[in-house]
Amino acid sequence: MKTIKTNKNEYQLICGIEIHAELKTDSKMFCGCKNDPFGAKEPNIYTCPVCLGMPGGLPTANKKAIEWTIKVGLALKCKINLFSKFDRKNYFYPDLPKAYQISQYDIPFCFDGVLETSYGPVKITRIHLEEDTGKLLHKVINGKKVSLIDFNRSGVPLIEIVTEPEIYSPEQAKEYGKKIRQILRYLEVADCDMDQGGMRLEANISLAKIDQENLPNYKVEVKNINSFKFAEQAISFEMIRQAKILDNDEIPVQETRGWDSNKSMTFSQRSKEDAEDYRYFPDPDLPPIRFSRENVDFIEQSLPELPANIASRWFEEYKVEERYSAQLITDIQSANLIEESFNLLINDSLTPNQLASAIVNKKIDISRENKASNIITTFKSLFQLDDVSQDEILKKINIVLSQNSDAVKKFQTGETKVLGFFIGQTARLIGKKVDANLLSTLIIQELNK
Amino acid sequence: MNNNSKKNISSQKISTAQIIHIANLAAIPITKVEEEELRLAFEQTLNTIAELQSVDISNIEPTHQVTGFENILREDKVNQENMFSQKEALKNAKETHAGYFVVPRVLTHE
Ligand SMILES: [Zn+2]
Repeated sequence: MKTIKTNKNEYQLICGIEIHAELKTDSKMFCGCKNDPFGAKEPNIYTCPVCLGMPGGLPTANKKAIEWTIKVGLALKCKINLFSKFDRKNYFYPDLPKAYQISQYDIPFCFDGVLETSYGPVKITRIHLEEDTGKLLHKVINGKKVSLIDFNRSGVPLIEIVTEPEIYSPEQAKEYGKKIRQILRYLEVADCDMDQGGMRLEANISLAKIDQENLPNYKVEVKNINSFKFAEQAISFEMIRQAKILDNDEIPVQETRGWDSNKSMTFSQRSKEDAEDYRYFPDPDLPPIRFSRENVDFIEQSLPELPANIASRWFEEYKVEERYSAQLITDIQSANLIEESFNLLINDSLTPNQLASAIVNKKIDISRENKASNIITTFKSLFQLDDVSQDEILKKINIVLSQNSDAVKKFQTGETKVLGFFIGQTARLIGKKVDANLLSTLIIQELNK
Repeated sequence: MNNNSKKNISSQKISTAQIIHIANLAAIPITKVEEEELRLAFEQTLNTIAELQSVDISNIEPTHQVTGFENILREDKVNQENMFSQKEALKNAKETHAGYFVVPRVLTHE
């Protein structure tokens, strides 16, 4: 829980998040065109009558994309609708050639899930499957302001994961987003490249007075956030902005805002007075989908052990701290490789947690080409100390101290953090691996002379 | 998400504002004369459809689809033959530039 206090009131953040992620199937969602919008060398080379919205194009749903959506749902502890369907979401925009997006309205594939964060659980309302739109580029050509359209992305399978408004701090929002990305990558269903737009975040943000029981009667939607850090910043910014408005007994305008990462502020994009009117209806081109319980069980059995489980098991079995495992568990192969390496340290004086720290901080290669035994060799070499005499060390320390009299003065006036600088300089001058603790003791001893 | 499908349509009065709204959503410009023509046409159509409301459907499942098909899916395979070349894709475009379709600027914020 994070509250914001003004002179007048104390407010609690109420936030829900929508995440869109492109699935990395080989082909698009409703046609056999290649699904590789970021790898395409040219615009408009992966299109057909279906994804260009030509009359008579008949969509057929990609089985794997549906199975993957259910896989994601199961990983997020969702219930699965055994009967589901696709609907048309009608709106008019140049990146949408059919003037409707095939999406899911009232019967999404997955609903009622949950994702644990260190700030508390986040309830997942629903996960549905839809198609991505084309990509627009805004340019000036021959003095005319135009938009260029590339339909390579049109029809790429896109999942939308929606939470309940139960995210209570910007930090929790960030952790939630990171965990979703970790799971999608771990399941090998999405690359989640945020720079390219392969994963996009939207936050619905409002504030409630600390003693208020009902949900706020407004929400502000911040769209197109392309990093977790920006999500955190945008939410913090909105909390301050909205608190000021509420303090004046006004209600923030219900609108869509964008995040300007250069100015570190949100800006109004369009107001929602004109309530969205998508006129959803079932897509007559796409027959409904019915699963048996067995189909779903089969997908469930194919789920690997999930990152959160691995992290808690690593903690129990190997005493590996969560701050490392969060960074180490990125894909199945490397997680297996790392665990194999942990096992090689049983009965060793060095611990798996030290290895985990070294992999994170010293960038030991954990790509699938590497072997556990190599990892251990590299790791141990980090701890092997060279044979350097104390005399030589003292000699080098004194050189460093004499060359940095300013820093020495700083140390003597109580700025002890320059010690790290002396250690680094001396180690470099020695050019061999020496015990940092010993170095530190000797340097302090010399400085206090 | 909003749900407009539950709007009561039993009165079957269509206003000019609704016609303008629908035309806006479809991005189709209409004249004053067309506004009135369409308003009457919508009213007439809805009144005809409204006769269905006299039927008791409380025990009938909604029909999403009339073919009776289910699970018509495709395997995740790229179909090279069905794909257009860039030239073919752009063939019917009014305006193109460097392999892109070109349309007037649509962005609301810059
Ligand atoms: Zn296509």
